[in-house]
Amino acid sequence: MTFEEKKQLMATACKVRMGVIEGTHAAKSGHPGGSLSAADMFTYLYFKELNIDPKNPHWDDRDRFVLSKGHTAPGLYAALALRGFFPYEDLKTLRHIGSYLQGHPNMNETPGVDMSTGSLGQGVSVASGMALAAKYKNKDCRVYTLLGDGEIEEGEVWESFMFAHHYKLDNLCVIIDNNNLQIDGTVEEVMSPYPIPEKLRAFGFAVKEINGHDFDEIEAAFNEAKATKGVPFAIVMKTTKGKGVSYMENQVGWHGKAPNDDEYAQAMSELKAQLAEVEAM
Amino acid sequence: MADIKKIATRDSYGNALTEIAAEHDDLIVFDADLASATKTGIFKKAYPSRHFDCGIAECNMMAAAAGASTMGLVPFVSTFAMFAAGRAFEQVRNSIGYPHLNVKIGATHAGISVGEDGASHQCCEDFALMRSIPGMVVMSPADDVEAKAMVRAAYNYHGPVYMRFGRAAVPVIHDADNYTFEIGKGEVLMDGTDVAILANGLMVAEAVEAGRALKDKGISACVVNIGTIKPLDEALVLDVAKKCGKVITCEEHSIIGGLGEAVSSLLSEKMPTPVRRIGVNDEFGHSGPAADLLKQFGLCADHIVEVASQFVG
Repeated sequence: MTFEEKKQLMATACKVRMGVIEGTHAAKSGHPGGSLSAADMFTYLYFKELNIDPKNPHWDDRDRFVLSKGHTAPGLYAALALRGFFPYEDLKTLRHIGSYLQGHPNMNETPGVDMSTGSLGQGVSVASGMALAAKYKNKDCRVYTLLGDGEIEEGEVWESFMFAHHYKLDNLCVIIDNNNLQIDGTVEEVMSPYPIPEKLRAFGFAVKEINGHDFDEIEAAFNEAKATKGVPFAIVMKTTKGKGVSYMENQVGWHGKAPNDDEYAQAMSELKAQLAEVEAM
Repeated sequence: MADIKKIATRDSYGNALTEIAAEHDDLIVFDADLASATKTGIFKKAYPSRHFDCGIAECNMMAAAAGASTMGLVPFVSTFAMFAAGRAFEQVRNSIGYPHLNVKIGATHAGISVGEDGASHQCCEDFALMRSIPGMVVMSPADDVEAKAMVRAAYNYHGPVYMRFGRAAVPVIHDADNYTFEIGKGEVLMDGTDVAILANGLMVAEAVEAGRALKDKGISACVVNIGTIKPLDEALVLDVAKKCGKVITCEEHSIIGGLGEAVSSLLSEKMPTPVRRIGVNDEFGHSGPAADLLKQFGLCADHIVEVASQFVG
């Protein structure tokens, strides 16, 4: 990745984060914490990794992305809007009556959304079914899915991991956002899923552990994923929940709470400053 | 009826899948370690590369089938009704029903005719669960001929479908050469004016037998097969209710949430008509031979005759 490319991704990630704040502030609800921890991943996926066409969201040979942690829809929507799937201004309609931006992703209403999700644990199964179907149809497309670290407490997730390994779904890339927080506390306090990489390896995955806020590491992991044959690939990324907004970072209370007007102003001012800093690089 | 051929509708299902698969490459099958029982094993033998065993993991299976359907395939997903409609209810609701995906659920071993396995496996709640999902088609065939036609209709229909097939062999009451099936259409098997008997699944043959016995007693029964519980053939139900003035529903399902409740809801709103519901009366089943259990729970022609006689008399 060139310096210019990385700079561009960093700038876009700031805008994705602003989109998260715009959406949840306007909705007066929603999930900013996990949207912000995954903002760099959303950015990389939609601006570098995925083979997609915003003008043709149903293009048959596109790569698929399933947001298994569907509550972080504000982050997905911001990336989709910035990528050109729909107008950025519409992010402010998030969760409003009549909006196509539902609280959790709806594939039949929102351009670019490949699967309706929201109930944790199901998206990864759907993604593995997509990957199986792609193999059955001899398609070269790849399937990506993003899960939360709390989400993998769901038993179905491990059913899907067995399935992905059994059917040698090397076109499937599972990404786990390890921000260490879930609604009731840290994942260790609530129901520890650790050690995540070892468990995935035991389930037959090739695993890469990365810093989920470092685009070089994200790129290297995806390149390794694409080069891996015969087994599914998992990226376990360490992230900071609420990343980019100082008062939200590592605060469990910001899992599912919207910023009020003052908090909105502060968050936007911080993110604008970060953007200016990136642009000055 | 001793000379009448009997076939379990789960066998019809496996055979129909195999027939349709010969014509359509996009048909694939998912099963959860029950292929020999659900009879998708018949399909597996013919098309091993198109049969995906998901192991004993029904929740993942349902959602994986949803994913495969988004890629343009037509997955038929099978396990016992208890696990398809029960255990995986939320996957069916959220990953298949909510996005209205083109997944066909072929659930077998429904009702108390599962027999010796007992209450843990005797699912009498599947119609109720599946009917409650917006946009879900819910069907239960009476015999081999209807079951095969139903599987083909499900393939041709775009959207989620739940079909229930039985373990026990049931009489073949239709003539395959003169039969057509349409989703959402009921079928008058015997015309009559004193009481309408609406049935589905293995209760259809019982209702026909009851209709004949009632005729001998001077009671004119209109026997109707309601193969599609949702969407209900409202016009036909209202028509026979109007003609007869009394309605009996018969199903191998709880009286809560199935055909009886669907018919009662329709009639109470559009044409208040006295109704008697024959089904499993809000209780669990237990182990025993299927035929004995059906008699014990009143899911038989004799009981229909008894209820109809009192109702009309």
